[in-house]
Amino acid sequence: MSTLTIATVTREQVEDFMFLEAEILDEWRLKEWLTLFTADATYNVPATDVAANASPDSALFYVADDRFRLEQRVERLLKRTAHAEFPRSKTRHLVSNVRIRSRSETELDVGAAVLTYRTKMGLTETYIGSYRYRLVVQDGKLLIHEKRCILDMDGLKPNGRISIIL
Amino acid sequence: MNAPVNPDSKPIPLSELPVVWTDKEKHRFKVARRSFVDPDILKTEYETIFSKCWLYLGHESELVKPGDFVTRIVAKRSILFTRDASGKIKAMFNTCPHRGAQVCRERKGNAKSFQCFYHGWVFGSDGKLKSQPGAECYPDDFNADGQADLVPVPRLDSYRGFWFICFDAGVQSLPDYLAGAKEWIDIVADQSETMMTLVGGTQEYQIRANWKLLTENSIDGYHAINTHATYVDYLKNSQGSMSPVPFDGTGYDLGNGHAVIEYRAPWGRPVAQWIPLWGEEGKVELEKVHNRLIERFGKERADRIAYSNRNMFIFPNLVINDIMAITVRTYYPTAPDAMQVFGWALAPNEESAWARKYRLSNFLEFLGPGGFATPDDVEALEQCQRGFEAMLEAPWSDISKGMKKEKVNYDDELQMRSFWTQWQAATKATAAPKGGDR
Ligand code: FES
Ligand SMILES: [Fe+2]
Repeated sequence: MSTLTIATVTREQVEDFMFLEAEILDEWRLKEWLTLFTADATYNVPATDVAANASPDSALFYVADDRFRLEQRVERLLKRTAHAEFPRSKTRHLVSNVRIRSRSETELDVGAAVLTYRTKMGLTETYIGSYRYRLVVQDGKLLIHEKRCILDMDGLKPNGRISIIL
Repeated sequence: MNAPVNPDSKPIPLSELPVVWTDKEKHRFKVARRSFVDPDILKTEYETIFSKCWLYLGHESELVKPGDFVTRIVAKRSILFTRDASGKIKAMFNTCPHRGAQVCRERKGNAKSFQCFYHGWVFGSDGKLKSQPGAECYPDDFNADGQADLVPVPRLDSYRGFWFICFDAGVQSLPDYLAGAKEWIDIVADQSETMMTLVGGTQEYQIRANWKLLTENSIDGYHAINTHATYVDYLKNSQGSMSPVPFDGTGYDLGNGHAVIEYRAPWGRPVAQWIPLWGEEGKVELEKVHNRLIERFGKERADRIAYSNRNMFIFPNLVINDIMAITVRTYYPTAPDAMQVFGWALAPNEESAWARKYRLSNFLEFLGPGGFATPDDVEALEQCQRGFEAMLEAPWSDISKGMKKEKVNYDDELQMRSFWTQWQAATKATAAPKGGDR
């Protein structure tokens, strides 16, 4: 198999990568999930009334993690004292409509649709949104440089929290 | 649990006991859990609290230019909050005087006029009727008395940029209502020389719990160490995220059900408690901010503004927390076991891009549905609500921490007692419905 490069990576390869990520999240393999990100990665969930491409430096988000905070988020979620996720909820990320929107020399801009279910204590909540990923290739592997989940919702109803990773 | 007894030492039936009662000798303060679950109580709350008290509508910084508008639900009513062509701030019910449709269906924007799409009546940004299709079918003096204008809210007033409305025209003035809370709002408003500003973006979410649980939680210093253990771990893990300041402070009753806790804490504050993480650049910046506060207010007040944290509650449903960032939060019950929450970030208009960035970063670390702390608060509230299912057999909650002390601590429960005492005076509700004793 030829090595993966930004110039040649196919949508199918991107899909495989994103489906793998969804599986890792749904199986709560969160430390492994971190290995899918670059050392300078960010993970963002804007508030539902700001522009999809808003900056967390000037607008209020739900989540705006740099790599350090992303690691801390994982560390937190794996503790018993992360009360919102104890006992852990069951989740299912359904990723669809994956498309390479554009390709620069160093990055892919990928869009997808995502539907995430979270079930805890007899209640199931739905998070509806789209993904925008900026993917890079390092050592022949795809890695996430930015993951952004844009919710197609009017606020979080009835879910009062984003205590899982979207 | 010893509920009060009659002189003949027979227990008083719950239906004759108030929801909130206190035994000063035994230092007990009890709240009947009926208040969190009974639909009749919710109805009473809408009648005696949300229809009678001053309620937070919005912040002046949301309406900068003439024609700016925001629509917002306040106690179930859709309100149109505008700055009219002459620059005056107005608030009207967002319902067409013709036959009722919501006139403005956008959340915010700028408009010279609002046209109701149903039959086409047009209103100015001051709510006055400007035109109606088929005007020739109405008498000339059809709107001489303003009866076809958008209905203005009965009372509208502001304090230091915070705008409030009241549905009861006979309510006391806003300054009287705010009572001791005014000087605490000042401490927040004084953080800007021009104006405090809401940063773009609303954290909007629902919690499956009674709204009063969020009131308690927002001014509760007692829960932090347990509920927010992972947040404190996070601070410890982040190099330089803490200044060497232990948690310490006091709670105050501000009158009319308002309350505040003021305390020192180790986290960084953009105005203005430096932490090593913010580096030399941050140190210079925060010194500048602090020195300017000293010039304006003298050292004592400047230090208080800069170094103290405040969780403030304004009865019945406004929270202004000036902590690692400033959040303004309001919330309404949609059912006994459900509430709608709106949270915003407030910041000095003139702060640098550097400060704004760290402020928002600080905000998200702790606050909101994706933070490292608020989700655990939400979990706690929802677990309380589930616990209340056993209300008939376990009818009481306890809010007595610190009652026996002369000077209460920030992690005592005085603040909640202020809220509940006012709540009881307004609703006059009983611990069980009349005739509902078992
Ligand atoms: S209901 Fe608005 S114009 Fe008729
Ligand atoms: Fe909390």
